[in-house]
Amino acid sequence: MTSPVYISLRKIQIEFFLWVTIFSLLLFTVSAAAQDNSDCMMCHEDNTLKGEKAGKTISVFVDQKKLDASIHSNLDCISCHADLKDADLPHEEDVPPVNCGICHGDAQKLFDEGLHGKSFSRGDRLAPSCQTCHGSHDIFSSKDSRSKTYPLKIPFLCGMCHKEGAPVQLQRDIPASHILENYSESIHGEGLLRKGLLVSATCASCHTPHRILPHTDSRSSIARKNIAATCSNCHVEIEAVHRKIIKGELWEKEAHILPACVDCHQPHKVRKVFYEQGMADKDCLRCHDNPNLKALDDKRSLFVDISILQSSRHFNIACSQCHSGVNPSHLRPCDNLTQKVDCASCHAAVGDEFQISMHGQLLAANDPNAPTCSECHGTHYVLGRRNPLALTFPINVPNLCAKCHREGEKAAVRYTGSEREIIERYTESIHGKGLTKSGLTVTATCADCHTAHMELSHTDPRSSINHNNIASTCGRCHHGIEEQYNKSVHSRAVTNTDRDLPVCNDCHTSHTIRRADSEGFKLTIMTQCGRCHEDIASTYFDTYHGKVSQLGYTKTAKCYDCHGAHDILPTTDPASHLSRNNVVATCQKCHPGANRQFAGYFTHATHHDPEKYPVLFWTFWGMTTLLIGTFIVAGMHTILWLPRSIRWRRELKRRLEAAESQEVTDSIEE
Amino acid sequence: MANIISAEYKTVQFQRFSRLNRVLHIMMIVSFISLALTGMTLKFSYTSWAAILSHILGGFESAGFIHRFAAVIMFSVFFIHIIDLIRMRRKEYNSWKELLLGKNTMLFNKKDWHDLRDSLKWFLGLGERPQYGRWTYWEKFDYFAVFWGICVIGSTGLTLWFPEFFTSLGIPGWLINVATIIHSDEALLATGFIFTVHFFNTHLRPEKFPMDLVIFSGRVPLEEYKLDRPKEYNELVESGALEEYLVEPYPPIVIRAIKVFGWTALIFGFSIIIWIIYAMIFAYR
Repeated sequence: MTSPVYISLRKIQIEFFLWVTIFSLLLFTVSAAAQDNSDCMMCHEDNTLKGEKAGKTISVFVDQKKLDASIHSNLDCISCHADLKDADLPHEEDVPPVNCGICHGDAQKLFDEGLHGKSFSRGDRLAPSCQTCHGSHDIFSSKDSRSKTYPLKIPFLCGMCHKEGAPVQLQRDIPASHILENYSESIHGEGLLRKGLLVSATCASCHTPHRILPHTDSRSSIARKNIAATCSNCHVEIEAVHRKIIKGELWEKEAHILPACVDCHQPHKVRKVFYEQGMADKDCLRCHDNPNLKALDDKRSLFVDISILQSSRHFNIACSQCHSGVNPSHLRPCDNLTQKVDCASCHAAVGDEFQISMHGQLLAANDPNAPTCSECHGTHYVLGRRNPLALTFPINVPNLCAKCHREGEKAAVRYTGSEREIIERYTESIHGKGLTKSGLTVTATCADCHTAHMELSHTDPRSSINHNNIASTCGRCHHGIEEQYNKSVHSRAVTNTDRDLPVCNDCHTSHTIRRADSEGFKLTIMTQCGRCHEDIASTYFDTYHGKVSQLGYTKTAKCYDCHGAHDILPTTDPASHLSRNNVVATCQKCHPGANRQFAGYFTHATHHDPEKYPVLFWTFWGMTTLLIGTFIVAGMHTILWLPRSIRWRRELKRRLEAAESQEVTDSIEE
Repeated sequence: MANIISAEYKTVQFQRFSRLNRVLHIMMIVSFISLALTGMTLKFSYTSWAAILSHILGGFESAGFIHRFAAVIMFSVFFIHIIDLIRMRRKEYNSWKELLLGKNTMLFNKKDWHDLRDSLKWFLGLGERPQYGRWTYWEKFDYFAVFWGICVIGSTGLTLWFPEFFTSLGIPGWLINVATIIHSDEALLATGFIFTVHFFNTHLRPEKFPMDLVIFSGRVPLEEYKLDRPKEYNELVESGALEEYLVEPYPPIVIRAIKVFGWTALIFGFSIIIWIIYAMIFAYR
């Protein structure tokens, strides 16, 4: 028996203990924040909660119910969000991504080795992370039918990215096309999707779930030497089936000398056995070999000259690799062809650039004037740009661009800027002459300055011809000049100003670039400098150098002869051509006998500035006063003389006649 | 025979200028026009005229060569004249005083001031035409204008020709700028003066219009001279030395050649004046 006193004491003890526990727990939670799921949920259960991640606003709401149902229901938030352990609440936004590898080290390792992992660590925006396939707070076992990785769902999960038309399929180098479509029609797809057979092969069965590798990688489950092993994961007794063709054992022992499964059973399209590589092209050519083949709608020729295709750079590419979407099971495999050829499915990087470019923007806007890949590269006769026959061979580039950009053509008509007669002017420029007359394929063509695929207006900061990018664009060939320029007063790295600083084309123009030693260039450069340096240029023309230049001769000193061309520096800079230590040597370039006194000549003198050049000002006005004074005195004298002189002329005439008649009279008298 | 010739050429003429003086004047004309043309192309380089002319002259270097060559001729004219003065002093005068202060001096003397005063009176109809002597005051002015011009333009021109040499003597560089202004503006004054005032005074004034050939032929009809320079004429008659100065006129072919040269020089002069006026008024900057 227990005494009542004892009971009440026990009760008090228990109560006390309880309170202490609750109190200390409260204290503990307050002092050591974010250690408990409920602390996290205090904020994250709010379904309107927003947070910032990598500059984007996203919902950071966590659905407690989903989390409770998931396979991770018994984990604490900080088990996964380990970076938030002991963090002050509210924690900072933009938390680092969860590292699943803490627990799932093996899977993580495989993922990292695979294509997905590699793209992910490269920062490819299209690369999948763990969450892409497994979800985040709603992860289930792959045996759970609610899981995103449940076998029946796998084709659709992978298809999110690998279905036709998805960005990955369009922009990344994925050699196979119509993967999902072909799979669902294959025996595997049929078994899985129509018959509900969970044992049917899904994407992950052949490609493995985490370490997806290209078939060219020897470690890949679909590498030629591994395919038999991969297939025989399910098809264990396959030798028995193939006994007619393949002798037992060989399969396992010397797989490399045997045809691989996929040689007969096309991947994804499994069951549709094919025996000849070239068959697809032959299928197409059954019709397209006919020179009279015409389209029904617009009667354009659909004839394909296979010899042209075979001499092109795409000689080893099958028709269906570009004309994707054909269905070999149809009588006319191309009857359901709706998609145009998308070059970017192989040329992904170029495709990305093109989409950014002005050309790509127009194409995206369905502009009828927009050029497509084939406009510049041709269709079946695609050639590499080092092939002189290629439209994109450097010497052919100006004419290629001229198709639209020549005056009067569609691009030139749309263009409203100040650059006119681009093609003609380019042809006359040093670049154009180098290309067409001297045949230098290293000369800059349109594509060298404007880039081949990412042409953009100069107003676009990404453009190669944007004011801020021009020096580096020209510097790709004229690197030494760019280095000089970058150290000069005209470089933004040296001069900190809000005003525009000149870049290459401000002096050299863009399409009419001339040799810097040509007479015309030497003469125009002075007015080019004068566009900004107005006063200094006009006073230059008051000196002998300027006057001779103005007459059209290039021998006297021009701006760049004294100031330098690309390495212009303020005269206060010791490295300047005109610094105290260098100026005499600079004069001596033309005046071998120049000395310190000689260098004191005012090369930008004007007699109109009494502040800066008082001596010249007063000399000029002294001389002018003398001139005007002399003319006033002499002019007055002359004007006064004139009327009297007229009279004197008459007087003289009269007197001379009188004298003559006197003479005549005298002689008669004689 | 002599009578026939004199009848043919109508009148006896008076020899006013020596052969040397006439040759010097022709050299002066050629060099002066060359200097003016080539120099003005630089001075007015901002006109389209200048560029055209410069190219006609064979480019700025060729123009510069012509300019310097003409300058050498002009210096030569100047020094030959000085030497001629020394020779004259030795042969015709006993002392410098006689040469410089005698009746035929080129220096201004009291009579010139009187002539000037009387001329102004005459212009205004307040008196008779003064009795001008061998040299009138405006001829003396032109004569000394050349002295002044040769000194001012010549010295600055040499500075511009050899700037490296002159600066090596210690002349500051800015003096080259000053020399440029003086050279150019004094040249403008000289050109403007010669092609307007001098042209008028000697050729274009109605009594001589269109030109006075005396500076080329050296001779003038005696009757005309008698009326033009009565003082010298009377003095010669009184001293009986007139006969020494009487010569026969040049044959017409020579006169025609002189006229061609004279007109060419006049046209060059006027063209330069028109160009200067155009450049100063319509294209000045």
